[in-house]
Amino acid sequence: MRALWQKLYGWLDERIGFDDFYKNLLDRPEPRGNWWNTLGSASLFLFIMQVLTGIFLTVYYNPSPDHAYESILYIMNDVQFGWLVRGIHHWGASLMVLVVFIHMLRTFVTASYKYPRELTWLVGIGLLLITIGMGFTGYLLPWHQMAYWATTVGTAIAGSVPFLGDFILQALRGGPDLSALTLQRFYAAHIWILPLLLGGLIGFHLFLIIKHGESHWPDKED
Amino acid sequence: MSGSNHISRRDFMKLTTGAIGGFIAAVIGIPSIAYLISPALREDKAGKPVSVANLENVPVGKPYPFSFTVTRVNGWERTSTAYGGFILRRSADPADVLVLSSRCTHLSCRVNWNDEAAGFVCPCHDAMFDIEGKVLYGPPPEPLGHFEHEIDGEGNVIITPVEIKEG
Repeated sequence: MRALWQKLYGWLDERIGFDDFYKNLLDRPEPRGNWWNTLGSASLFLFIMQVLTGIFLTVYYNPSPDHAYESILYIMNDVQFGWLVRGIHHWGASLMVLVVFIHMLRTFVTASYKYPRELTWLVGIGLLLITIGMGFTGYLLPWHQMAYWATTVGTAIAGSVPFLGDFILQALRGGPDLSALTLQRFYAAHIWILPLLLGGLIGFHLFLIIKHGESHWPDKED
Repeated sequence: MSGSNHISRRDFMKLTTGAIGGFIAAVIGIPSIAYLISPALREDKAGKPVSVANLENVPVGKPYPFSFTVTRVNGWERTSTAYGGFILRRSADPADVLVLSSRCTHLSCRVNWNDEAAGFVCPCHDAMFDIEGKVLYGPPPEPLGHFEHEIDGEGNVIITPVEIKEG
């Protein structure tokens, strides 16, 4: 059994090269540890958790005005552990915005955005904006009064942009008012467009971090 | 340390890592699986008895088709599903009645009575059952199912809408 496992591992290692992954991802040199440096990993963990619980929610959620709220009541009351899956997704969303934001503050305070990490910072700004976009689009999905009016207000704010405002408002809502189209396009944005953008940019963000290594904590010399 | 009763530090670490890892896997895994299969775990309650025909209208010796719908609450929606069958009066005796299901025992298509062939024909895979529901030819593994029935004072055929398999 053990020999078989080692053979299989050897076969895969020869073709994939686990050693390289190990050296570059887990064994890379780090500056002296500091808890503030763990916020990026915490954001990544929250992202993965939101993806997994989000996929699970799509098993029962129905993005139509007739059934959206009922399907959520069904998840909360009738599906086993539905309250847990939705609860994690609900609270995880707020926590993710918070953690991503504090991560940005830490990067700013320690001046980690400077050469050669400017691009990492810019991509990070994109990640923060998309995270907020995820929160905004997800907020509408329960289609209860709070969601409906929050989105009415949110899209109206976007509509206050000079000249282009009306176009932006109609593009967001899929028409002049909130409707089935609004719910459907927010759903598409929430489960496909924004997560794919977010996932892709996270990959690029991580690539840059591994390429440049982590910045050291500023000291008197800096 | 070999030969002593103490477990080595390495083995202790392996054991606790395995135990904690297993616990975490269970805490995540069990709710995940329960969540996904939740609707399949619900008990399917037998529906109320349905009156499907009156014996006055059922000729002797020829299967008489009937259909009924069962409405169930599935998640956030009520879904009506149509079921069908045939009432066969084997003789003029009102007690000599067989109520067959029209669900083919192969892959659940609906069988039809064919007068010329004198059998129930399944349109999907060309199977045939005789008038009592026994397989004449084709892929079905077992005869047609039937419904429990009662006949009330006015001659109404009242069935329990749960198909009973033969054999």
